[in-house]
Amino acid sequence: MSESTNSVLVFLEIKNREISRISWEAMAAGHALAEGLGLPVDIALVANPSNPILATIHGKAPRTVYAIDDPLLHAYTQEGFTAAYAQLIHYAKPAYVVLPHTYQARDFAPRLATRFGQVLISDVTGIDAAAGAPAFIRQLLQGKLNATYRQAGSGPCFLSIQAGAFRADPAHGGTTTVEPFLPKLHKEEILTQPGEPFRASAQTVDLGSASILVSVGRGIKEEANLPIVQELASALGAELAASRPICDNGWLPMERQVGSSGQTVAPKVYIAVGISGAIQHLVGMKGSQCIVAINKDENAPIFEVADYGIVGDLFEVVPALTAAVRKAKG
Amino acid sequence: MKIIVAIKQVPERDARIRIDAAAKWIDLQDVEFMMNESDAYALEEALQLKEAHGGEVVVVSAGPERVGQTIREALAKGADRGIHIESDDLASYDALGVAKLLAAAVEDEEADLILTGLQSDDLGLGQTGVIMAELLKLPHASLILKIEKTDKGIKVLRELEDGWFQHLELPMPALLTIQSGNTKLRYATLMGIKRAKTKEVRRITVNDLLTANPEVKIGDRVLDLEKVMLPNKQRTTQMLGGSPAEAAAALVEKLQFEVRAL
Repeated sequence: MSESTNSVLVFLEIKNREISRISWEAMAAGHALAEGLGLPVDIALVANPSNPILATIHGKAPRTVYAIDDPLLHAYTQEGFTAAYAQLIHYAKPAYVVLPHTYQARDFAPRLATRFGQVLISDVTGIDAAAGAPAFIRQLLQGKLNATYRQAGSGPCFLSIQAGAFRADPAHGGTTTVEPFLPKLHKEEILTQPGEPFRASAQTVDLGSASILVSVGRGIKEEANLPIVQELASALGAELAASRPICDNGWLPMERQVGSSGQTVAPKVYIAVGISGAIQHLVGMKGSQCIVAINKDENAPIFEVADYGIVGDLFEVVPALTAAVRKAKG
Repeated sequence: MKIIVAIKQVPERDARIRIDAAAKWIDLQDVEFMMNESDAYALEEALQLKEAHGGEVVVVSAGPERVGQTIREALAKGADRGIHIESDDLASYDALGVAKLLAAAVEDEEADLILTGLQSDDLGLGQTGVIMAELLKLPHASLILKIEKTDKGIKVLRELEDGWFQHLELPMPALLTIQSGNTKLRYATLMGIKRAKTKEVRRITVNDLLTANPEVKIGDRVLDLEKVMLPNKQRTTQMLGGSPAEAAAALVEKLQFEVRAL
């Protein structure tokens, strides 16, 4: 397949010995792009060609699966991954390179794109591939604005796909060739020495199992104001969660943080109090069945994903809500 | 230790969002500006390293005249000097172009560390630092919360997803992109503000920068921001109005009888 100069190449990521969920979503985005342009899809991942994980690849069948294999890729380093991916791109010559927008991709993909004189179109939430040169949608100003981007130069176009923006494709039949790809890597080029990943402290709160979450953000202003949301949570029998700034300030432990750097939750009811709804927060909670937003700013992006919204001062609304819940529960 | 901190001036968090006439960006009239949040944390890390190990902290920023205020703010907090790449049309560069300008402005400084925030609060591409590392052929690490100096270089704490972390060791010189939130940000003291007025800010236009660095070729944009628009709503939101008590009662009724969650 190396003579092809026009394809969509999707890189998948392995996490906890599985292909991560967001990788399937990136693959679906790659297929959506390829269908609009009439291009074949190839996929690539770092794995030994005999790794059983390759058999778990599902969704629409890609043309080729490249199994990138080298001992220097066993632990992630930006040097190793950038070099290996660059060599595969030189070999497969795709027109589009699609990655899941993970912390790992954010670490090396801008470097990879620069090596090809390109700029990664990062955190893409939508693709309009109908009109020849595809347009890519991404969010600006923490989600308050959307923008359409188009590649202006020639050369491979690099994009990373936001978690939850595309739905993974169901299984399809089809034949796929697995092709081993052995990059030439040099140990002395890897300057960063990674340690083993670790968890800061044992998780004692499982936000994932709570059916109602009351989540608090910057709007609470001070740690001393937290009891008003704690009272609402206890009236509802809910767990208390928070957006990043609250945990950064040490007002609540990090294990209560919802969002891309914290936990991903999907409770029956998610009540966002004083949370503006930056993208990093929304990716962690937008799958909730019912979202309630209480915010003083009617233009806050949280209202875009909310089922019920109250525009108002949380210091008035939340105590009123606690009283109403207590009354309803008798 | 000589540390460069690349900072960006961005619209204030609560800035009113009105799309400009060309539909390319927001109308900046009456908008207040601030230092990008994660860049402020990068500056704080740099100042703490200087306090612990000595050396110099140099801030660099690109943009129009108003960017000077953000550079002064950094100087007031303790940075030693500033470099202002003057450009009234920074939006005409893509991320690669901006990173080339920043890299050209700092290359001759031969710093031990270059720090910047992990992403801007306005465009949010999250790449400028990593692109600079590639252009300057430096090792980098992203999403860094802590930096420790070691005998051989530095040891950093990197944030991964879902509450996971990782230590990394890197030689110096290196570039790090800093995640917000690891430490408390300092305020500028009155003395600091006074001292900042006497600190050096080198102002250099893009043309002069490129003349002084003939090896830097900005080239054509490879990425176009075609237009901006207000987001489509992803769900239909029922807004509950009235007094706080009325809105609260209406919400409880919805949660009881429509969502059946109470």
